[in-house]
Amino acid sequence: MTALLIAGGRIIDPSQGIDAVSDLVIADGRIARLGPANKPLPYKRYSVLHAEGMIVSPGFIDLHCHLREPGFEDKETIATGTRAAARGGFTTICCMPNTEPPIDTRATVEFIQKKAATDGVVQVRPIGCITKGRRGQEMVEMGELAEAGVVALSDDGNPVTDPRLMRYALEYSRLFGLLLIDHCEDVSLSEGGVMNEGWVSTRLGLKGIPASAEEVAVARDLALAEMTGGRLHIAHVSTAGSVALIRSAKERGNAITAEVTPHHLTMTEERVIGQGWDSTKAAPLPLSCYDTNAKVNPPLRTARDVEALITGLKDGVIDAIATDHAPHTDVDKMCEFGIAAFGISGLETALSSLLALVHSGKIDLMTLISKLTSEPARVLGKGEMGTLKTGAPADITIFDPQAEWIVDPAAFASKGKNTPLAGQTLKGKVMATIVGGGLVYKDESIKVEMREGSS
Amino acid sequence: MRTTKQREIEPSLAAPIWRRRHILDLDDFTGEEIELVLETADAMKEVLSRDIKKVPTLRGKTVVTLFYEPSTRTRVSFEQAAKNLSADVINLGASGSSAEKGESLIDTVRTLQALGADALVMRHYHAGAPYLAARHLDVSVINGGDGCHAHPTQGLLDLYTIREHLGTVAGAKVVIIGDITHSRVARSNIWGLSKMGAKVVLSAPPTLLPPGLGAPHFPKIVLEQNLDRAVEGADVIMPLRLQLERQKRGLLPSLREYIRFYQLDARRLAKAKPNALVLHPGPMNEGVEITPEVAHGAQSVIEEQVTNGVAVRMALLYLLLGGAQ
Amino acid sequence: MPEKVILDEEEIRRALTRIAHEIVERNHGCDGLVFVGMHTRGVPLAKRIAAEIKEFEHSEIPIGILDISLYRDDLNSLGLQPLLRPTNIPTDIAGKSVIVVDDVLYTGRSIRAAMDAVIDFGRPQSIQLAVLVDRGHRELPIRADYVGKNIPTSRDEEVVVRLKETDGRDEVAIIKK
Repeated sequence: MTALLIAGGRIIDPSQGIDAVSDLVIADGRIARLGPANKPLPYKRYSVLHAEGMIVSPGFIDLHCHLREPGFEDKETIATGTRAAARGGFTTICCMPNTEPPIDTRATVEFIQKKAATDGVVQVRPIGCITKGRRGQEMVEMGELAEAGVVALSDDGNPVTDPRLMRYALEYSRLFGLLLIDHCEDVSLSEGGVMNEGWVSTRLGLKGIPASAEEVAVARDLALAEMTGGRLHIAHVSTAGSVALIRSAKERGNAITAEVTPHHLTMTEERVIGQGWDSTKAAPLPLSCYDTNAKVNPPLRTARDVEALITGLKDGVIDAIATDHAPHTDVDKMCEFGIAAFGISGLETALSSLLALVHSGKIDLMTLISKLTSEPARVLGKGEMGTLKTGAPADITIFDPQAEWIVDPAAFASKGKNTPLAGQTLKGKVMATIVGGGLVYKDESIKVEMREGSS
Repeated sequence: MRTTKQREIEPSLAAPIWRRRHILDLDDFTGEEIELVLETADAMKEVLSRDIKKVPTLRGKTVVTLFYEPSTRTRVSFEQAAKNLSADVINLGASGSSAEKGESLIDTVRTLQALGADALVMRHYHAGAPYLAARHLDVSVINGGDGCHAHPTQGLLDLYTIREHLGTVAGAKVVIIGDITHSRVARSNIWGLSKMGAKVVLSAPPTLLPPGLGAPHFPKIVLEQNLDRAVEGADVIMPLRLQLERQKRGLLPSLREYIRFYQLDARRLAKAKPNALVLHPGPMNEGVEITPEVAHGAQSVIEEQVTNGVAVRMALLYLLLGGAQ
Repeated sequence: MPEKVILDEEEIRRALTRIAHEIVERNHGCDGLVFVGMHTRGVPLAKRIAAEIKEFEHSEIPIGILDISLYRDDLNSLGLQPLLRPTNIPTDIAGKSVIVVDDVLYTGRSIRAAMDAVIDFGRPQSIQLAVLVDRGHRELPIRADYVGKNIPTSRDEEVVVRLKETDGRDEVAIIKK
C-alpha cells in the first residue's frame, strides 16, 4: 500500500467548501483522509510531503488544450504536453481534436488513450469532433465516439459555420448526453483579421477581428441551444458582449456553460505592442512591437472586456477557466505578424498569471480554485473529479501563492515556447502535482521524506 | 525654423538631434529630427539641380532594396537616391511572402547583412515586418512601406513639399481624402503633420475609416465626412488612391457614388484657399479620386513630390550612413 | 587654454587687400573670375576680397558658397554626420578661373574635397586657392596661390580665425591644446 501524507498545507477544496490548514492522506491512489494527522499513520511506511506555507487543492482540470499529437508532433506531443500540464498543476486535461487525423473516429480516440497511458503523466481526456474531419459538413458518429470515451465534442480551431448543422448536432447529441463545445466565430466578419479590431489595430495598420464576430456566433448558438435543449459550452469567451449574452441566456434558465482563458483575464490588445505598454503616454511604437506571442484567436481585447470577463467569472456566468494551450514552433511564430500562427503556450503559466487577480483583490482564492477544479468537473458532468472527498482519485495540486519566479520559455516542458509572459516575474508557483497518488511534478524545493508508520 | 543666416554661421554636427539607427515610422521622430531631415533634403535638392547630380559621400556603402511588395516608383526613388550619393545598390524583389519562398524573413535579411549590406530598404505586404527585421539586424532598416501601417519616407517628402510652398507646416489645414483604413501614407502623414503643428482633417465614407480615430487615442485628428465642408479654407488637399477592389469587397456600393461624394475636382478645389496645394502619393487613378484637370492643374505639386522624394531619401541615407556606425 | 593673437584687425585688413591686388595682377584683370567661399569663414572672406576688388577695379566678381560635407573623406572618423549647409554656385563655371577661398590651409584635405566639388559643377579653366592663414603640415600635395600669412604651428596647436561677420571681431589666434 503506497501512502503519502501531505502535511501542514492550507487545504482549499471548493467542492466541499473547505479552507483550512490541515493534513491530507493519500493511499493507493485515492484520498484516504483529510484532517490533522497527529499520530503516526496506520501504514508500514509512508512518504511525507511538507506543504507548510502552501496551498493544497484538488488537481486542476483543463477543459481545453491542444496536444498536437497525432500529426503535429513538432509543436507538441502527448508526452511533452502532459509534462507541461503537470508543471502547471493540471492533473486532467481535455485535448481538442484538431489533430491530423482529427479525432473523429474511435481509432483516433483509442490512439490518444493508448499514447496517454504509455507516454503521458497526467489524465488525458480526448474531445471528439462535431463534424467529420472538422469540415463542418456532416456530423460524426456521436454514439461511436461516446462509447470510445470522449468527454465532449468540438470542432475547435473552427466554428461550426452552418447553423442548421449546429442545430442538428445539438439535437442529436442529446441522445448520448454529449457536451458540445463551440469556438464561436463568424468567419465572414473575422476574415483576414489578426488581432482585436480597435484603436490598436488602427495604430498598427493590422486588420482587426471585431468583438461582434464572436458575439454574433454566441447569440446564434445560445438561440439554438435554447431551442434544442442540447448541452452547449462556449469556448474561450473574450468579449463583454458575449458575457452579457450568456448572462441573459442563463437567467432564462438555459443549461449553458462557458469558459475563459487565463490570458483573456489578464491581458489586453495592447500586449501586441509590447510588455508593459502604457497607452496613456503618447509614446511611439517600440522595436518590440508586433509581438506574435500575443497573437491568439480569439484575440486579446480591451480593458473593458477584461473587466466584464472577471465579473462574469465571479458571477458564475462563466463557469470555468480553461487554458486553450496552443503550442507552436519558432518557425510558425518568428515571422511577420500577419502570417504567424495564432496561439499561446499557456499550461505552465496559467495558475501563476491568474494569481495576479487574487493578489490584486479582483477575485478570491476559493473562487479561483473552483474555476479550475469543481466547476470544470461539473461542466463535464463528472462529479468524482475536482474534489478532495474521501475515496476520490488522488489528483492534487500544491502551490505557493507567494513564490516569485521569472518565466523562461526555454525551461518549459512544453515544446511551445510561445508565451507573451517571457521574461516576466510572476508571483505564485506550482510546487507539486500528484496524479492518482503519484508525484508527477515536484519543484526542487519540495521535501519528501519517508516515515515509519504504526502498522 | 532656423534661418539661412544661422545655418551659414553655425557649423555643428547632427549628433545631438539624430540618434536613430532605423526609420520605421514617423511616430518616434522629434520635431527637431524632422526639421533636420528637411534641411538636409534642401542641400540634397541643390545637388539634384546640378548637371552632375552625384556626390561621393556614400562611396563604398551598399544599400539593398528588399521589396516583397512590388513598386516601381518608390524603389527607383531609393535606388536613385543611393546612387546619387555614390553608394552601390542591389535590388531584390520577392514574389509573395517569405513563407511562400520558403526562407524566413529573418534568415533573408540576416543573409543580406552578412553579404555586406550597410542599409536595408524594405517594403513588405505585412505590417510590422521592418520591426521584425530591425530586431535581428545591426545594420539600418528603412521602411519603404509595411502593409497598412507606415510609409515614413513618403510622409517626410510630403512635409518637405508642403514646407517648400507654404514656408512652414505649422498651422496649415491639411485634408486627406479617401481610403484611410488601408493607407499607410495617410497614417505616416498624420503623425508627421501633427508633430509639425498642422491641422489634419480626414474625409472619407465610414466604411473606409478605421476604428478608434479621435479622442482619446488620436485626439489631434478631425473627422469631416462631408468633403465640401472639409475642403473649405484648406491649405493642402491630399486625395488617396482608391483601390478599385474596395468596391468589389463590398466597402462601397459603386465607384460612381464614391466619385460623386469624394472626388477632388475643380469645383471642390475652388473651396480651398486660392493657393492650396494638391498632393497625391501616387500612382493616381485619374477620374476616380482626382480629376485629370486637378491632377495636372496649376495647384498640383504631384510631380514635385517625386523629385522631392529623391532628395528626402538622399537626406535619410546621408543621415543614417554618412558617419561612423 | 592660453591664447596668442598673431593677427589683429589691421593686419587682417592689409593681408586681404594685398591678396585682392595679387589676384587681379596674376589674372591680368577680373575677366572670367569666380570666387567660391568655403563654409564657414571662407564665405565672408571671399565677400571681403570681392568688395576690395570692386573698390579699385570697379568690377563685380560673382561669389559662390560651398559646403564640402558631401565630399569629405573623413566622415567615418568624425563619428557623426556634419550638418549640411547650403551650396550655391550662381554662375556657370565652365571655362572660368575659380578662386577657392578658405580661412586656414592645414592638411589640404578640405581643399581636395572642394576641388572635387567644383569640378562636379563644370570644367573650370583653372582653380586657384586663396587662404588667410597657411599653418603647414600638408598631408596632400596642395598649395595655396595667395596666402595672408604663413604661420608655422605644431600639431598640438589650434589656429582660430575670428571674423566680425561670424564671431563679432577680427583676429587670428593660436591656442595650445
